[in-house]
Amino acid sequence: MQALYAQLLVGLINGSFYALLSLGLAVIFGMLNIINFAHGAVYMMGAFVAYFLLNLAGIGYWPALIIAPVVVGIFGMFLERTMLKWLSGLDHLYGLLLTFGLALIIQGVFQNYFGSSGLPYSIPDELKGGMNLGFMFLPIYRGWVVVFSLIVCLLTWYLIERTRLGAYLRAATENPTLVRAFGVNVPRMITLTYGLGVGLAALAGVLSAPINQKYFYPEASNTVVFVLMVLVLLVKPSGLTGRAA
Amino acid sequence: MTAITENSIPVTARNTKDEMIAFGLMTALLLVVPLTGVYPFFVMQALCFALLACAFNLLIGYGGLLSFGHAMFLGTAGYITAHALKVWGLTPELAILVGTAGAAGLGIVTGVVAIRRQGIYFSMITLALSQLLYFIYLQTPFTHGEDGIQGIPQGHLFGIFNLANPTILYYVVLAGFLFGFLLIFRTINSPFGEVLKAIRENEQRAISLGYKTDQYKLLAYILSGTLAGFAGSLKVFVAQNASLTDVHWTMSGEIVLMTLVGGLGTVFGPVVGAFVIIAMQQYLAGFGQWVTVIQGVIFVVCVLTFRRGVVGEIAHHFRRSL
Repeated sequence: MQALYAQLLVGLINGSFYALLSLGLAVIFGMLNIINFAHGAVYMMGAFVAYFLLNLAGIGYWPALIIAPVVVGIFGMFLERTMLKWLSGLDHLYGLLLTFGLALIIQGVFQNYFGSSGLPYSIPDELKGGMNLGFMFLPIYRGWVVVFSLIVCLLTWYLIERTRLGAYLRAATENPTLVRAFGVNVPRMITLTYGLGVGLAALAGVLSAPINQKYFYPEASNTVVFVLMVLVLLVKPSGLTGRAA
Repeated sequence: MTAITENSIPVTARNTKDEMIAFGLMTALLLVVPLTGVYPFFVMQALCFALLACAFNLLIGYGGLLSFGHAMFLGTAGYITAHALKVWGLTPELAILVGTAGAAGLGIVTGVVAIRRQGIYFSMITLALSQLLYFIYLQTPFTHGEDGIQGIPQGHLFGIFNLANPTILYYVVLAGFLFGFLLIFRTINSPFGEVLKAIRENEQRAISLGYKTDQYKLLAYILSGTLAGFAGSLKVFVAQNASLTDVHWTMSGEIVLMTLVGGLGTVFGPVVGAFVIIAMQQYLAGFGQWVTVIQGVIFVVCVLTFRRGVVGEIAHHFRRSL
């Protein structure tokens, strides 16, 4: 029975990473209709940015939790502005191919400079240790990951479903031409959406950095992203800027 | 929305003549390769990948279905052929037959699932299925996991041709490639191929004309998978091993890249693309891991500026169909 609870908890923790990743995928797919193959690569980039911040600038975990997603998000917006933008109006499969190429580039560059062995990133002091739940020992950091992911998911939901910006976003998903006619800058919103999706992936990357010491793009995380892509397509989330297939 | 293939030019008598001339040229070039002193292993490998890319192109170029899991056919047929040769001790022709049949069976099973969806959905389902197989092959004992099946005996084809001789092996592989290529060429110029193109252009209209489009797509998928498996079986004799890299998703990506570079939906594009990419891997091997990055850059450049591919651009420039 104890083993079962432990397994359930591990599932919950992994699930919270997956939730952040698939949320980003769903937001991008809903708005751009692109399956973002580079999602695994930007997830890894999030962890790397946190590592750089700590080792080059001495910036710790807490600021990195905000800075890394923003940095990677801006990188994502740059990609959208310079490349993905030119594919609008073409078959959506070209978007898949382009992001696949980007994934190869990002993955290859990092692998060349840092190898595949993984880099160390320690848990912040405030979240070290653990507590005894009676049936199992819960490391505090893992509990924090679950709670924090849940908050971020709720915030994203609120942003898209309850704010004015979110309303524009959903409207632009339904009918971009009409929304543009109302004076809303739809291309800029598309760029922001891509940045948001990529930023969510990077956030998951930062969260995972202290857990997987070997977070450098292991084969499993790659597969996880693929599985999430299929899930996003199967479920076709209708609330989160989803669209009918 | 622009369809993914921008290379579709209606088939006319003159175009078919162009294609025949191009085919004659290609065959003549490939026939004299062993006399020129070019490393035969390189050409044989490129021929296997060319056939694989042609099989993939049959789906995307004429059916509008982008499979992101074609490596599963390559790998499955490779493993079965290798196992049949090494463990069962079958003759080469039987081993190829068994391997190709295995890929055909896989095509039937996965096709029934995959062709129910189109566009991105189809791509992701094929990717998921091939990942599923990858992990099965990683675990099952007969594939020897990470080591792969190695030291495969090449044997004598039909009991006469000694496949350990590079020149004989070259002509056997070439014959296999030409057989597969002509089969695809015949398919796309048949009434069946015309229906496929109609489905690519507008599936709803094809349905309203009374075509059972699912059956056409399934048949094209199985044919494509079978020929990809045939290429995988041939590759076993060239490489003398069958390993996990052949089933990996990056291999599926490479197949897409070859076809994209050569020209999606062109007859000769996949062949040119396969030779370009294999040559690149051969000559840039010194750069090690950077080859991945270079491939990524080619992907991005092709998608952004060069969507017709090498052969597609030539064909477009001269207003011919190649």
